[in-house]
Amino acid sequence: MDIRSQISMVFHLDKCIGCHTCSIACKNIWTDRKGTEYMWWNNVETKPGTGFPTRWEDQDKYKGGWELVDGELKLKSTSKSKTITNIFHNPTMPTMDDYYEPWSYKYKDLFDAPAGDDQPTAKPISMVTGDYMDIEAGPNWDDDLSGSPIYAENDINLDVLSDEQRDQLFAIERLMMFYFPRICNHCVNPSCVASCPSGALYKRGEDGIVLLDQERCRAWRSCISACPYKKTYYNWNTGKSEKCILCFPRIETGQAPACFHSCVGRIRYLGVLLYDADKIEETAKHPDHELVDAQREMILDPFDENVIREAKKNGISESTLKAAQESPVYKFVKEWGIALPPHVEYRTLPMLFYVPPMLPVMSAQEGDSVRSINEEYFPDFDKARVPIKYLASMFGGGNESHLRYVLKKQSAIRAYRRALTVGDIDVLEAEKALVEADCNPEEADKIYKLTSLCTFEDRFVIPPSHREEAIEMMKDPLEHKQEVGFGFNDSPERGM
Amino acid sequence: MDQFKHILDTFFFAIFPYVTIFTFFMVTIQRYRSKAYTYSSLSSQFLENKQHFWGMVPFHYGIISVLLAHFIWFLVPETVLWWNSIPVRLYVMEVGMFIFGLMTFIGLLNIILRRRNNALAKIVTSKADWVVLGFLTVQVVTGLYTAYFYRWGSSWFAASLTPYLWSVIKFSPDLTYITAMPFMVKAHIVSAYSIILLFPFTRLVHALVVPNPYLWRKSQVVRWNWNRKTIRNPKNNS
Ligand code: HEM
Ligand code: SF4
Ligand code: SF4
Repeated sequence: MDIRSQISMVFHLDKCIGCHTCSIACKNIWTDRKGTEYMWWNNVETKPGTGFPTRWEDQDKYKGGWELVDGELKLKSTSKSKTITNIFHNPTMPTMDDYYEPWSYKYKDLFDAPAGDDQPTAKPISMVTGDYMDIEAGPNWDDDLSGSPIYAENDINLDVLSDEQRDQLFAIERLMMFYFPRICNHCVNPSCVASCPSGALYKRGEDGIVLLDQERCRAWRSCISACPYKKTYYNWNTGKSEKCILCFPRIETGQAPACFHSCVGRIRYLGVLLYDADKIEETAKHPDHELVDAQREMILDPFDENVIREAKKNGISESTLKAAQESPVYKFVKEWGIALPPHVEYRTLPMLFYVPPMLPVMSAQEGDSVRSINEEYFPDFDKARVPIKYLASMFGGGNESHLRYVLKKQSAIRAYRRALTVGDIDVLEAEKALVEADCNPEEADKIYKLTSLCTFEDRFVIPPSHREEAIEMMKDPLEHKQEVGFGFNDSPERGM
Repeated sequence: MDQFKHILDTFFFAIFPYVTIFTFFMVTIQRYRSKAYTYSSLSSQFLENKQHFWGMVPFHYGIISVLLAHFIWFLVPETVLWWNSIPVRLYVMEVGMFIFGLMTFIGLLNIILRRRNNALAKIVTSKADWVVLGFLTVQVVTGLYTAYFYRWGSSWFAASLTPYLWSVIKFSPDLTYITAMPFMVKAHIVSAYSIILLFPFTRLVHALVVPNPYLWRKSQVVRWNWNRKTIRNPKNNS
């Protein structure tokens, strides 16, 4: 056993209101520099939709992630030998057209325009060339299903549906959508890391955050293709790739990452998971429909004596173990089994999990009135507006049983809460439904509380980073104390 | 006149090489130590991806092959002469290298046109880039001219330029073979030294940080901020 600790995340999709506050918080802190304007380390997509960059989930085009070839894990986009040819021209690299050309407006014209009959306008200018430009696309052009004939219908997850199911999905009275906020998943088997010829990308041993060493990056661009989630970005100005850093300077000082902290819907949870690093490869080799279970299997019980002993042997501190025991992520993923990894079939073993949405509501329009499809409160999910197959394509590696399990449990808890608070459902019947959904009143209570009444402290259980101990290994901490802040003196200037 | 020529030859073939090589080592090492951040291929594929292929690929395949050939001629001249002693083999070598040279030239041309004509590629084109592309063009054109008009380069390189280069390396430059060389050959050599001089100051440094360890490293990279076997080991706390 080689136990490691990983800062992991859960996003509860039923709670996301699609406000993009997270994206803006991130942008203002990290990607407000020349060359990064187009990057959205955190972005929020509307599903169905093509996302950002356009159709990022289409791995026939971008070749992200891993594939199983004769029982071996292979990167789709590159390999040791292919690097030699791909390095000069990367055939699967997304370019600015796949994202968008960032722009601003010439606001000055609003003030300087001479008096006239018309209102002055602020014309858009490209943030790359500085010239006037026509805006053709943006990072969330398909927000709230706008332009759905172009965007939503080209969602690659719809490929698993029959034509009839597809048509129904876009019939106006059945229209459905939900939000899908995304950051780097800080994967356990990251393909970005495995693809980098320079070894610039790495996973931090002590907390699993995946970082990109700016001093080592040489703009070989392998990671851009290899990350199936398109969460490494190329800075065209500095000639370096960049990615989400999970706000590690905030985490190290006990604060939640900016997108978590600012999340209006409070959909985000952060905590420690312990996993067995010896099992990574074996786990990632399972067939698609077993991957969710296999990944859960890899995650260890922080209360298990044996796990605690082995973890300590590996240098994991008491405080981290305590955080692991209180981790909201552990509860959602392992205890309750209601958070699922996104596109687990890419085999990077993402450590960001999603509670899939129950919404849109199970109702349809009939004439002028809205009718609930299911008169009971225990719905039949195969009749839901959003086809289970579609959700399974996003969150189950194609395995619908996980989605059924999660949705059933969630709806049973809703009915149970309704029985308790509104009282128009028989409590006994609700409890029976809970049991059928592999739940019980106690667990239902806990899930309800962590979902609806969660405080900051409930949502973010951040272990101390013990940077002081790390320094002790290398030099006198008192000496170091006086030097802190003088680490990196260079400004990130583009090379000649 | 002869004396002037002699001074020029001495400068370009006996002094200039040391200036360039010395600068090359001093500045690339210093730049790596103090400004590693600036070591990058500065790819512009993100901004322009259509002409990109037709420039980068032929250029790099071409120049790397030609450079490699030059190294071989320089390191094992006897073997090269032995290989060339059979005409068919000589023709294969010469025609092959000429094709790689042409590839380099075509790639270079496409790189230059791309940087001149594409608005986005222009944004990330610096003056240093133009200097590099200029010198590379001179290098490739003089090289192709030499190969075409003064046959068979691979043989006489091994016979006359290799001894000269070795004499430079041994700090006793011997210009016997050089002085009689035609202008184009001399231009080719001087331009080569100039490019060595340009290396530390331009994007050319990317060729020095070729990521060969990738071929043998493990695919996943984990960095520890502490030694996990000893950090909380009670034995160390006594
Ligand atoms: C040895 C292995 C080499 C590798 C892996 C390599 C790789 C690269 C890469 C990735 C780029 C950026 C391409 C882009 O814009 O996307 C580049 C550009 C360039 N390389 Fe290399 N290179 C190598 C050797 C060389 C050599 C030996 C030279 C010439 C002496 C050279 C000259 C150039 C030049 C001039 C450019 C800029 C092209 C432009 O203006 O767009 N490279 N190289
Ligand atoms: S999601 Fe993050 S860790 Fe995973 S492959 Fe992409 S960039 Fe790497
Ligand atoms: S801030 Fe929270 S609620 Fe708003 S879009 Fe982002 S994830 Fe959703």
